[in-house]
Amino acid sequence: MADSLVASKVTARRGGRLVFRDLDLAVFPGEAVILRGPNGAGKSTLLRLLAGLLRPEAGDITRAGVAIADDPESHRADLHYIGHSLALKGILTAAENLAFWAEARGGDAADAASALAKTGATAFANLEVRRLSAGQQRRVSLARLFVTPATLWLLDEPTVTLDQAAVAALARNMTDHLAAGGMIVAATHVELGLEGARVMEMAASPYDAEAAA
Amino acid sequence: MTRTLIALIKRDLNLAWRQGGGALLGTVFFAVAVVLFPLGVGPEPNTLARIAAGVLWVAALLAAVVSLDRLFEADHDDGSLDGLALLPLPFSLVVAAKCLAHWLASLLPVVIISPFLGLMMRLEGDALVALVLALLLGTPGLSFIGAIGAALAVGLRRAGALLSLLVLPLYIPALIFGVAAVEAARMGLDPAPHLMLLFGVTLFAVVIGTAAATAALKFDLE
Repeated sequence: MADSLVASKVTARRGGRLVFRDLDLAVFPGEAVILRGPNGAGKSTLLRLLAGLLRPEAGDITRAGVAIADDPESHRADLHYIGHSLALKGILTAAENLAFWAEARGGDAADAASALAKTGATAFANLEVRRLSAGQQRRVSLARLFVTPATLWLLDEPTVTLDQAAVAALARNMTDHLAAGGMIVAATHVELGLEGARVMEMAASPYDAEAAA
Repeated sequence: MTRTLIALIKRDLNLAWRQGGGALLGTVFFAVAVVLFPLGVGPEPNTLARIAAGVLWVAALLAAVVSLDRLFEADHDDGSLDGLALLPLPFSLVVAAKCLAHWLASLLPVVIISPFLGLMMRLEGDALVALVLALLLGTPGLSFIGAIGAALAVGLRRAGALLSLLVLPLYIPALIFGVAAVEAARMGLDPAPHLMLLFGVTLFAVVIGTAAATAALKFDLE
C-alpha cells in the first residue's frame, strides 16, 4: 500500500484541557500540510500525536493504512520529528551530535558531514554546540533531517531563529523532499513558498473560551 | 537495533567523561565517604573490619544516588528524549541502555577501587574477594532501580533530595545480601548463596526498573 499519514476524528486533551476535537488530516507522498493558528491552538500537540509521542483521546492515526499504535516502530523508522528543543548536546561538536543521531537511527556516522552541508552548517561542524549562536544551533538541529532518509517530516516551528538565507535553504530542502515523494507536516508562520502545500488553519480551542466564560 | 544501543551507550559514556567529572563524582564520593570512617571511628583493625562491609555498601548506595539525578533529566531538558523515544526500537531498550551506560560510567569505577578501600577498612583475603564480587553483581541493580526514581523526578525542581528518598529504601535488599556475602566470607563461611541471592535481586531490578522507568518517562512525554 502506498505511504500515507491519515488522522481521522482525532481528539486531544493535555493536562485535562481539551485542545481540539474531531480533527481530520491526510498527507500523501509529495504533499505538505502547513499548520497555522494562534498560540495554544494545538499545532505542537498535533505534531506530537502524528509522531506517536502522544496518544489521542479519541480517533485514529494511520500510516499507510496501519494504525501507528499497532506498529509504532516502522512508523518511527520512517519519520523525522524536529520539535522546539534542539535535541543537541552542548558539550559535543555539531558533527558528533549528528553522528550520534545517524548511528542511533541505523545510519552511518560518516553521513553527518553531508547532512550538515545541507543546512549550511559545515563551517562550524567541529565547534561545540554550546559555542554556536541560536540560529547556528537550529541549523545543526535541522541537519538531523538528513542523517538518515525518512519519508515523513514533522516540523514544529523549524524557522525560529533562522536567518533569511537559512529559511530559503530550508524551503529548498523541503521542496526537494516533496519532489522525491516525501511528506511534510509543519507548523510555521513563515511563508516558505512550497508548491502544492496546503494550509490548515487551526482555531483557538473553543473550549478554553467556554471555560473562561 | 544493536548498533543503535551501542551508539547510545557510547554517547552517554562520552558525555559522562566530558562533563567535567560527572562520571567520577560518584566514585570520588564513594572514596571520600569510606576514608572518613577510619578517621572517625579510629584505626583499631577489629572495629574497622567489623563495620567494613556495611560502610562500603552504604557508601556505594549513596554514590549511586549522587550520580543518578541527571540520568534522564539532561535528555529531557534539551529535547533529546523525544528523539530517543522516536528511535525505531522499543523505548524500554533505550531506557535499559541508558541504565547500563550509567553503571559503566558511574558504578563500575566504584567496583574497581573497592578492593583498595576494603584493604583500608582491614578486610582481607576471602572477604575482600567477596566484597568485589558482591559489588560487581549488585551494583548494576542500583542503576536500574535508581532509574525509576530518576524517571519520576524528571522535570521536578530539587529532584536530588526527592530522588534519594524514593530510591534508597528500594536499595535495602541489595544492601542486606551484599553485606551478608562479605560477612559470611569474613567468618570463613561460603558467600556463594548470598551472592546468588544478590544477583537475583539485580536481575529483578533490571526487569522492574526498566519497565517502571519506561512507564514513568512515557507519562512524562505525554
